[in-house]
Amino acid sequence: MTTIHDSRFTNHDHDDHKLIHAFGALAELGHEITNKNSFQETIRTSLHLLSGAIGIMRGAAARYSRYAHELNLVAVRGLGDDFPLSLTLTTEDERQFLTNGLHPIEIAEAQVLPFFQIYDVSFADRGLQLFVPLVVREEIVGALFLGEKATGEAYTSYEKEIVCAMGQHIGVAIAQRNLMAEIERHAEENRQLFDEMRSTYHDTVKAFAAAIDCKDKYTEGHSVRVGKFSEIIASELGWGKEEVEGAAVAGYLHDVGKLTVERKIINAPYRINAKESAELNKHPGVGFEILQPIHHPYTDVPLAAKYHHERLDGRGYPDGLKGREIPYIAKIVTLADSFDAMTTDRPYKARRAARDVVDDLKGNIGRQFSPELVTAFLGGMLKELKGETTDKRFRRLLGRDYMEAEGIVEKIRTTLNDVAPTSPMTYVAAAGDILQIH
Amino acid sequence: MIQANAVPAADGVEERSVIVAGDYLNKLSGEQIEYECKRRLAAGCKELVVNFAQTELVNSIGVSILLGVIDIASKNGASVVFSDMNEDTVELFDMLGLTKHVTIV
Ligand SMILES: [Fe+2]
Ligand SMILES: [Fe+2]
Repeated sequence: MTTIHDSRFTNHDHDDHKLIHAFGALAELGHEITNKNSFQETIRTSLHLLSGAIGIMRGAAARYSRYAHELNLVAVRGLGDDFPLSLTLTTEDERQFLTNGLHPIEIAEAQVLPFFQIYDVSFADRGLQLFVPLVVREEIVGALFLGEKATGEAYTSYEKEIVCAMGQHIGVAIAQRNLMAEIERHAEENRQLFDEMRSTYHDTVKAFAAAIDCKDKYTEGHSVRVGKFSEIIASELGWGKEEVEGAAVAGYLHDVGKLTVERKIINAPYRINAKESAELNKHPGVGFEILQPIHHPYTDVPLAAKYHHERLDGRGYPDGLKGREIPYIAKIVTLADSFDAMTTDRPYKARRAARDVVDDLKGNIGRQFSPELVTAFLGGMLKELKGETTDKRFRRLLGRDYMEAEGIVEKIRTTLNDVAPTSPMTYVAAAGDILQIH
Repeated sequence: MIQANAVPAADGVEERSVIVAGDYLNKLSGEQIEYECKRRLAAGCKELVVNFAQTELVNSIGVSILLGVIDIASKNGASVVFSDMNEDTVELFDMLGLTKHVTIV
């Protein structure tokens, strides 16, 4: 945008020429306001445009805070450092300005209002002549302070019209900014509310997990640990924060169905018989029934409960699903669940040594566990043991002595090499996985 | 583009500074002029010469910034000279009252 100022117009009379110059400024102002500049910058430029359009020596633009009843200066031209940055309005001033609307007020003629009495000296010293309340949609959003013109003449009615038109633009820019701030505040409140709800949900989930674990005195803390192991696997897979949380929740709740299984079966200090086993094996289905009607922020939680005893080779329960038929989240929980079963003492079986557990995971790749999940899990364990990460998740869950057993680092390292994507073994495992689907 | 040529006085203080405004005095070059002028005035300059030889158009922001320069100069007891303006610019400055505050050469 350029100022419309062309020799073709030089023969027109003075007022026409002024109008054309001012119109150019108005056009640029419209352009400025739709620009993606910062708010401060927009108002500063707008004040320049208005001053330059009419030839005003000094001035300022302010934004109104309706809570503080203050006009706060956003842009200032030539008023000096000692001009107040914040000017207070009384209720009477506010009322009068609203009635006045977006029209210039001659400061010299408005001395009845408290506002002009309070700031009389400040205004007079700078030769301020016009005060323009920026009223947009029957609300004061700001104000303009305009000093004397370079010509020394009084403002003409047509110049006041230009002040109104440009003031309208500036007022709308401020109103828009206020609206944006309001929206941002709502969004922030909404986000906080959501965070609170999410943390409440997590607390509830953990309380549930603790309740499930209470029933099973020999495997105390099982659900909580499976939650944590599932979380580790998901984060080692590089999942996002929310997905990792979802995996943790799936782990916490995977055995929720055990709440309906008789306590004596769960706590049986011997290998349970076929009938008892059938009863216990209902827990994934029951868990699904319990979790399905609940609206979880993470969709796969009920599926994880239903299918955490399935195996890639189809020998699991309840449905004997194979390979890719098993939901991914269930595969994660399966690994976490089996790992916890192997690494904790059971009524009929002591926990196994870490090296054996690693061997078991490796041996069951393609049968029970997905290769990439075992790789991710052992990778996370190795990182911790080698001190490549500051967190001590495994040490905390399994105990320091257990995790730092002799030769364990080397064991994991060779296992990871063996199951690397290029090794024949993974190839076989992966092929087995695919073949079993068809 | 702004080119500034200073004429140093005998005692080393640049008493007279020449600032060349660009071909289109818009917001950016206008602010450069304002910055240059403030710097010169702070250094003790007593006469600011703004040369418009390369300036075809001055927009409202340009006018506003020049008004600011005039204001600062008068507060610092310095005078402002506008030189080599084209006809349109003279007429615009005349209409808006800038010419009342500066010497035109
Ligand atoms: Fe289970
Ligand atoms: Fe379990």
